[in-house]
Amino acid sequence: MDEILLQILNGLDKGGAYALIALGLTLTFGTLGVVNFAHGALFMLGAFCAVSVQQVLTISKRVKDESITFFDAYKETPYLELWWGDTGAMIIDYAVPISIFVAIPIMLLIGVAIERGLIKHFYKRTHAEQILVTFGLAIVLQEIVKSLFGANPIPTPAPDIVSGSAAIGSMLGLSDALVYPWWRMIYLMFAAVVIFGVFAFLRFTTFGMVVRAGMADRETVGLLGINVQKRFTIVFGLATVVAGLAGVMYTPILPPDYHIGMDFLVLSFVVVVVGGMGSLEGAVLAGFLLGILQSFASMNEVKSILPGIDQIIIYLVAVVVLLVRPRGLLGREGVMED
Amino acid sequence: MKELLKSNLVIMVIFAVIVLTAPAWLTPIGAGYPDILQKFAIFGLFAIGFNILFGLTGYLSFGHAAFLGVGSYTAVWSFKLLTMNVLPAIIFSTLMAGVFALVIGFISLRRSGIYFSILTLAFAQMSYSLAYSVLTPITNGETGLQLTLADPRVVDGMMGIPVTDSLPTTNLFGLAMSGYSGFYFCAVLLIVGFYVSLKIFRSPYGMKLRAIKSNQTRMKYTGFNTRPYLLSAFVISGMFAGLAGALMAATDPLAGAERMQWTASGEVVLMTILGGMGTLIGPLLGVGIIKYFENIFSALNESALHEVFSFLPGWLEEVMVWISHHFVGEGWHLTLGTLFMLVVIFLPGGVMEGITRLSAYLKSKFKGSDEITSEKVSEDAS
Repeated sequence: MDEILLQILNGLDKGGAYALIALGLTLTFGTLGVVNFAHGALFMLGAFCAVSVQQVLTISKRVKDESITFFDAYKETPYLELWWGDTGAMIIDYAVPISIFVAIPIMLLIGVAIERGLIKHFYKRTHAEQILVTFGLAIVLQEIVKSLFGANPIPTPAPDIVSGSAAIGSMLGLSDALVYPWWRMIYLMFAAVVIFGVFAFLRFTTFGMVVRAGMADRETVGLLGINVQKRFTIVFGLATVVAGLAGVMYTPILPPDYHIGMDFLVLSFVVVVVGGMGSLEGAVLAGFLLGILQSFASMNEVKSILPGIDQIIIYLVAVVVLLVRPRGLLGREGVMED
Repeated sequence: MKELLKSNLVIMVIFAVIVLTAPAWLTPIGAGYPDILQKFAIFGLFAIGFNILFGLTGYLSFGHAAFLGVGSYTAVWSFKLLTMNVLPAIIFSTLMAGVFALVIGFISLRRSGIYFSILTLAFAQMSYSLAYSVLTPITNGETGLQLTLADPRVVDGMMGIPVTDSLPTTNLFGLAMSGYSGFYFCAVLLIVGFYVSLKIFRSPYGMKLRAIKSNQTRMKYTGFNTRPYLLSAFVISGMFAGLAGALMAATDPLAGAERMQWTASGEVVLMTILGGMGTLIGPLLGVGIIKYFENIFSALNESALHEVFSFLPGWLEEVMVWISHHFVGEGWHLTLGTLFMLVVIFLPGGVMEGITRLSAYLKSKFKGSDEITSEKVSEDAS
């Protein structure tokens, strides 16, 4: 029982990441009709927003180390600590949460720039060409990050206060062995908040209504005299921000390197397809479902029966879903049924 | 005269001469050594095969690297178990890749469009993950499959080839597969592969594949079952990939899982697009351009760049070097990505479309009659 609960929890945070990326992906697809292979790279850019915030905050000065008296020793101390002492140290500690606020405008800007500069010209082109050009864009973004930050993963720790694990086992009256890292729990809640935020935005605002109408029937919305172009740009920006935030928050779980986006991209495409192309609810559902499934597949008991199943379970599920339910789990009729 | 130029025989003769004399005419531009020549030929085969599927039917597979990997593994196993002769290795690899393609194609081709792309991608990633993890006894995991002294090499043993202290090398009945002889072996196979592709392009079969690309629904309405044609095209292109993988192993007997990764599939897509999908020699041009510049660009470093820009005034030289050093050496992929984007945006038909447009432009310039040329362009583009 505990074991099962633990696996579900383990799956949820990964599922949260899948759901967030897939949400943006399917939003872009559903409204703009663009298959965006660069979406993983946007996730990666978000993660590197956190890295750069951390690096900026810890710009250091060489000062004399007073604790060593035998010889002149120097150590690197961040300016923030020199100026503000403990407050400065605390700001550095909270680099990842702070980067959220930095990432939102930056990602929005990047998203708008990409849509205006590139994606806009590809609405009328075939899906294959969209895939190809965004694939090229992903390579370019990835290589730029590589030349700026190097090829190695950069550890970006969570704030000290949440770096441990929560003893949720004893909290819920189950076994004490059941512990769960705080940050993963935060990630899960964060993912939930963002997802609800996006859904609320689409459901309760006029803008969201137009976007949903656009997903259902783009042509008619355009015929009604609504400036679809402008909304497309904003939707793409929104998708970029969601992907970026997913990346920012994921950095303490997995130190980002330049190809983290590609690794997630393939999986989130699978998630989108399983959920149903252009279905927001489907993407979220499939994201969490596949996350949990993957975590169950990596249990030792399962692996001993079916070796290697943890590596391929997601793809296997995708193949089966694609063949048995051509529209995915919650796909709407008439959307991309090839 | 024009008719004669377009006949199969003439094209094949010209092609064979160009390929076989490649060492001579590539030397002046610094690509006349066996290593890169072999790469040209091997990736050329890979791209030709990919083009038969993607160029003719329009089905974009993101999983062709899996067949390349299967081919490589099979070839190395053939070296390990049977003989160092490459002939059985390439035959087994091609067949094995064909079987794999048959299975994967049978399932993936139930869908089309982006779903097909994702299905092939999923299969390739599955093979990649499995090769890395569970299949380690077969693939030797991260280290990659290599030859060892302890390998049985049954057939070599029976033929009485003496066992030496050093690792045996791959050969074709005694002819070493490294250096120029290796290139000529690949070149002959490339010519054969090109001939197969030419035949397919000019046959009713190729016409049917093209018809699938232009309007599959209509094909089906006329009572035409497209599945067997798609599947056979998929298998053929998978076999080409397997052959390319086998040649990779033949020139360098080593097989690693990274050959199956989806970025490797992306590379062949890239080459085909860059050269011009659906054209006969486009993919080969793409391979040539990418592999050639990869070779040149990855070797450049900052001091070489200073030499290149040394004719500029000092500060401008610094600026140019600073900008361009991101694009060379380690940053070669940045160049590749940028180039790729530019091609997809401005020249979706690749280099071949560029050539067609250019020749049409030149013709209109000299003849001055727009009517004929515009007809000519549309004819060439179709």
